[in-house]
Amino acid sequence: MTDTDLTAPPVIEISGVSASYNSHPVLEDINLTIHETDFIGLIGPNGGGKTTLLKVILGLLKPTRGSVRIMGKTVEDGRCSVGYVPQVVEMDREFPIRVWEVVQMGLLGCRKPFQRISATERDVIRHALTQVDMLEMEQRSIGELSVGQRQRVYIARALATSPSILLLDEPTASVDPQIAASVYDMLAQLNQTVTIIMVSHDMNAVSAYVKTIGCLNRTLHYHGTKEITEEMAQTMYECPVDLIAHGLPHRVLSPHVHAHSHDHNGGHTHD
Amino acid sequence: MIEALQYGFMRNALAAGILVSIACGIIGTYIVTNRIVFLSGGIAHAAYGGIGLGYFLGVSPTIGAIAFALVSAIGMGLVHRRTKERSDTIIGIMWAIGMALGIIFLDLSPGYKADLMSYLFGSILAVPTNDLLIMVVLNAIILTLVILFYRPLQAISFDETFATVVSVPVDRLYLMLIGMVALTVVMTMRIVGLIMVIALLTIPPAIAGLFVRDMKRMMLVSVILSILFTILGLWLSYSLNLTSGATIILVTGLAYLLSYAFKALRKHPA
Repeated sequence: MTDTDLTAPPVIEISGVSASYNSHPVLEDINLTIHETDFIGLIGPNGGGKTTLLKVILGLLKPTRGSVRIMGKTVEDGRCSVGYVPQVVEMDREFPIRVWEVVQMGLLGCRKPFQRISATERDVIRHALTQVDMLEMEQRSIGELSVGQRQRVYIARALATSPSILLLDEPTASVDPQIAASVYDMLAQLNQTVTIIMVSHDMNAVSAYVKTIGCLNRTLHYHGTKEITEEMAQTMYECPVDLIAHGLPHRVLSPHVHAHSHDHNGGHTHD
Repeated sequence: MIEALQYGFMRNALAAGILVSIACGIIGTYIVTNRIVFLSGGIAHAAYGGIGLGYFLGVSPTIGAIAFALVSAIGMGLVHRRTKERSDTIIGIMWAIGMALGIIFLDLSPGYKADLMSYLFGSILAVPTNDLLIMVVLNAIILTLVILFYRPLQAISFDETFATVVSVPVDRLYLMLIGMVALTVVMTMRIVGLIMVIALLTIPPAIAGLFVRDMKRMMLVSVILSILFTILGLWLSYSLNLTSGATIILVTGLAYLLSYAFKALRKHPA
C-alpha cells in the first residue's frame, strides 16, 4: 500500500477549525487537506473529538472558527458528494423500515421532492446492495438484521448517494472480526475511486488498510503518512496506549514509543 | 347496532369514528415511531386554550382549538428541536399554560357552556354534520401531505442525521409533521376527549408495531384497528348505556393488553 498521492486534487480542505460543545472546546485549530483517493484513519482517545470532526465536515455542527470546503464548495453544497456511514445504534431495531427503503434514503437529498424513483435509481440501489452483499435481504426489515448486516446496509445507503468521499464513524465497532475484514476489503476496493475518511478504534485495521493516519486529541497530528511519529505519541499520550492495547504491529510505531508503552494494556474504553 | 343507525346522530357518530380513525392510524404511527407521545399529549391539552378562546370570542370552539393546537404545536416542536436538554419540562409547562388559559377564557365568557365537558371527555354521539365536514377536509390535507412526503418523512423519522447530511429540509418537515399531529389531535378530541386523545393515537399503532415491521402496513393496520375499536366501543356504550369515549378507550386498551400477551406467549410458549 502506498502513501497518499499529495499531488492529487484536494477533496476536503479544513483550515483553522475550532469547535466546542456548550463552550467546552473539543477541537482546536484543525488544519487538514484530504486528497483524492486518500484513505485516512482517524484515531485518538475517546472524547478526543473524532466524531466531532466528522460532524463539522458534514455541517451538523458549526465550527466556532475556521472553515471547511468540500470539493471546493461550502459544506452545504459540497456534502452531496459525501456518503456518510454512522455508527450502528440499538435504537434502530424497532423502527418499521425495510432494507430497500433504508438504502433508498441515499437518493433522497440533493434532488427534488415528489420525484418517483426511476429505473436508473433502482439500479443504483440494487448495485449498492450487491456491493455489500445484502441484495437478498432487500425486503427484510431492519429489526430482523444482525448488527453486522445493519452496518452493511448503512454502507450501501452511503454508496447509493454515489459519493466521491466516504465518511465512516467506527464502521466495525460492533461486528465480529470476519465481517470487519470483509468490510475493510470492500473499502479498500472502493478506495480505488473514492476518498475515505474513517474514524476507528480498530488499530489492526487502521494499520493494515489505511494510507495515512491522523491522531486527534483536541488538536490534530497528521503528516500525510502512515507512521505514528514520536511527536504524535508524546504529545498525545493516550493515542499510543490505545495502539498497544489493540495489539498494533510494531512497525507502525516509532522505536522510542513502544519500548516504554509495552506494559500498557487495557485502560481503553469504547464509546 | 343496525336499528341504532336509523338515528341521525348514530350515523354521524359512525362516520366520525371512521374519519378520525384514518387520521389517527396514520399520524399515530409517526407519533409512536418518532417517540413524540408526550409532545402530542401536550398539544392536546394546550388546545383547550383555543376552545376557551373560541367561546370568549364567540367563534366556533373547534376553529379555536385548531388554531391554538397549531400554534402550540409549532412552539413545542421548536422547543423539542432546539433545546437538547429537558425539552419535556418546557413542553409540560406549555401543556399546563394552555389548559389554564382555556379555563380563564371560559370564566370570562358569558353564558352557559353546555358542551364543555364534551371536549374533555369526548362526545362521539353529538358530532354535528358541520364537524364531519371539517374532519373530511383535515383528513384530505393529512393524506395528501403524507402521500407527497412519505419518503422524506420516513427518512427524518428513522435517521434525522443522515437526512440532514443528504440535505433533506429536516426542520421544515418536522414542523409539518407536528402540525399534522395538531390537526389529528383536534379531530380525535371530538371522539374521546382531549384527556384520552393520546390513547387512541398511540394504542392502535403500538398493537400494529407488535406484528408488522413495515411503516405503510403499520399505518394500514392501525387505521383498521382504530375503526374496529371505535365501532365496538360505540356499540358497547350504546347497549350498556356507558360513556362512549371512555368505553372506546377501554376497548382499545384491553385489545393492547391481549395483543401483548399473545405476542409474548407466541415468542415463549409455556
